Amino acid sequence: MTETTTTTGPKPEQSKKLTRRQKQAGRIIDATSMGWKLILFKIVVLGLLCATAVYASLVLFMNERWLVGSLVVVGAAALTWIYLQRGALPAKYLAPGLVFLLIFQIFVVLYSGYVAFTNYGTGHNSTKEHAVHAIMLQTQDRVPDSATYQVSILEESGDLLSTDELYFAVTSAEGEVYIGAEEAPLELTDEATVEDGRVVAVEGYEILPFAELLNRQQEITNLVVPMSEDPNAGYLRTQDGQRAYVYTSRYEYNEAQGTMTNSETGTVYADTGEGAFISEEGEKLLPGWRIQVGMDNFIRAVTEDSIRGPLIYVTIWTFAFALLSVVTTFVLGLFLAVVFNDKRMKSRKYYRLVMILPYAFPGFLSALVWAGMMNQEFGFINNVLFGGAAIPWLTDPWLAKISILIVNLWLGFPYMFLVCTGALQSIPEELTEAAQVDGARPFQAFRSIKLPLLLTALAPLLISAFAFNFNNFNLVYMLTGGGPRDVSAGVNVGSTDILISMVYKVAFVGSQADYGLASAFSILIFIIVGTISVLAFRKTKALEELN
Amino acid sequence: MALAAQEAKLNRRPFTRWWRETGWRHLVGLGVVVFAMFPLVYVFSASLSPGGTLITANNLFSNVSLGSYIELFNRPQQPYAAWFANTLFIGLTASAGSVLLGALAAYAFSRMRFTGRRFGLITLVLVQMFPQLLAMVAIFLLMLGIGEIFPAIGLNSQIGLIMVYLGGALGVNTYLMYGFFNTVPTSIDEAARIDGAGHARIFFTIILPLVSPILAVVALLSLVGTLSEFVIASVLLRDPERQTLAVGLYQFISQETSQNWSVFAAGAVLAAIIPVALFLLLQRYIVSGLVAGSVK
Repeated sequence: MTETTTTTGPKPEQSKKLTRRQKQAGRIIDATSMGWKLILFKIVVLGLLCATAVYASLVLFMNERWLVGSLVVVGAAALTWIYLQRGALPAKYLAPGLVFLLIFQIFVVLYSGYVAFTNYGTGHNSTKEHAVHAIMLQTQDRVPDSATYQVSILEESGDLLSTDELYFAVTSAEGEVYIGAEEAPLELTDEATVEDGRVVAVEGYEILPFAELLNRQQEITNLVVPMSEDPNAGYLRTQDGQRAYVYTSRYEYNEAQGTMTNSETGTVYADTGEGAFISEEGEKLLPGWRIQVGMDNFIRAVTEDSIRGPLIYVTIWTFAFALLSVVTTFVLGLFLAVVFNDKRMKSRKYYRLVMILPYAFPGFLSALVWAGMMNQEFGFINNVLFGGAAIPWLTDPWLAKISILIVNLWLGFPYMFLVCTGALQSIPEELTEAAQVDGARPFQAFRSIKLPLLLTALAPLLISAFAFNFNNFNLVYMLTGGGPRDVSAGVNVGSTDILISMVYKVAFVGSQADYGLASAFSILIFIIVGTISVLAFRKTKALEELN
Repeated sequence: MALAAQEAKLNRRPFTRWWRETGWRHLVGLGVVVFAMFPLVYVFSASLSPGGTLITANNLFSNVSLGSYIELFNRPQQPYAAWFANTLFIGLTASAGSVLLGALAAYAFSRMRFTGRRFGLITLVLVQMFPQLLAMVAIFLLMLGIGEIFPAIGLNSQIGLIMVYLGGALGVNTYLMYGFFNTVPTSIDEAARIDGAGHARIFFTIILPLVSPILAVVALLSLVGTLSEFVIASVLLRDPERQTLAVGLYQFISQETSQNWSVFAAGAVLAAIIPVALFLLLQRYIVSGLVAGSVK
């Protein structure tokens, strides 16, 4: 993007004609006009950037995130290079925005694509190793008559790069000192000082004083340190920060065969490639772990009845909602624009001011207020406007859909009114007059002359209004929460849910989160939106006008 | 003088004609005013009814006091003041950042010619069609991962949230700004160059002031956008102390339903003051921005 860089100049042909001397002169101008303050600013900002990048990559490397760490280094180096050299002017202006765009818009879309092919979700959050540990930790009993260890609680010393993580230091019967933490099994160390069988100092660590022990009691009693890499060896725990005991799990892990055995019942749970240990009877040990499941999420979405049904009617309603919203708001907005577009009418300014208010009022608040007004038992609409009727505005599947459209009409007509007024005023009045001279009635003149012109002018806006409503999460979620809930569905979904609110509810609402399935739904929305935009751009030729 | 009197006489139309020409328009206007205003009047009246529930709020303006506004700031479970401050902080930072990033990019696209320029513009227009919230799951998982290593910018961090919002800045704003930048004649840049100004100076001291109307529109729209943004904020911000008004007030309502309705109404009225005031003040600019193609 940065090779043929020239500075200002509207036409490429012109700028290519610059001679070498002219270019050189341009560079001298650039150099001299950039004050020392700007240079200082540049140095300070780049210095901060590099310092942050070095720190971040160090931390990342320490956490063994090699790829991300290297990307940080490469990215920071690229940015420094862009700003330190002469030329590459467009890159200088585009880089800051591009960095954010790449990470938080482009990358996350690709990442959604990746997540859609995994079983990521509640119970499948982490790696197999973590899952094994988590299962072992759930059901622990103290080993009967096992040894008592003298324990000291440690923390890493030094502020920079240190974490809040706590460590156990214990002495064995032979007087050897072992150090371990939640994620780091006990390891032999010879940098410790022992007094009376208790560790009193370790190189690189600080021993927590008694007061701290009390402060962080919760954290300390929750700390579980594996005895060795083999999870079957058991775990050390302490109640008081003084003495630790060995606990073992009811489950035994066989790494070679990849099985978990319940030592009490003898049931064997095997890893059958589904991201969890499953017994022969089909009982699942949770948590499981994250695996690639290929097209499973997509296949589930189209073959499982309890998901396919809701997915189909949610998709249909999403289209219907977006289309009807655009149509209703546009018709009302256009009607009002025509009514108020008469120079003879007085105080149009004030009407317009009032009409802009629903648009200016934050949308999520409007939806919440409307939800209160439409409450079946206590709401303003039922109690005051309908004299105590019990109309189920938000709880009847069909009425809730109509309510959503009514509220969206309230929210959206001012926008359509404003843009229609703008478009109407740009159509010359002579056209209507000419038609009327030819004998057309006012409505006829409007219908066959102004309306087509108006629609052409507003087509791009109507398309973007459609796209906006297609993902109008706030309105749906704040007004009905997607409800009334469909109890027959296998996912948390209701009759007013649109696709985007369904994604949100599958991923974040309730106790069962299914990020994989939610991402698969997101991919579906991407495909729909992409198809619509391609069709729309083809039709309007908007992209061809770009230059 | 005489001319004016004559005109006034001409303007005094008979009632039937007045009705046919403009009178009915006022009737329509009256209907629209009622439709547009009644939810707003309702919420304002509800906020003034002390200790009100959903049902007592139905008697408009029967009992007027500021009690709910005071109570709003004295609820430890729902730290309204913190929400308000958070929202302002996040909104102002994100919108200032968006304007800066968008303006830099729009300047590059409008004034410079480089390989990949057309491709870049088309990409931006396409990216615009895919709002960030479509990738909310991935954003959540990304921030979860970042937070494990850098808690300061990961999950539950406002800085992290602002960074996410800035990621959407280029896609949403650049194209709108690009169009406006193109309306500033390049001869102005050339004149400045001849006078010895460098590109940075031209951008900051000459171009930016000339395009200030579009900067105001973009700043306002992105401020209002972040004020109302619920999805990403609710997914990323977990502590009540760190949440924004949209997340906090939604949870307020879902926890208390019809109880403390007047307290919620008071919160809604206060939260709406800034956006409504900005809209009314900058009305003219906004309308031009709307016609240029942005939806709230």
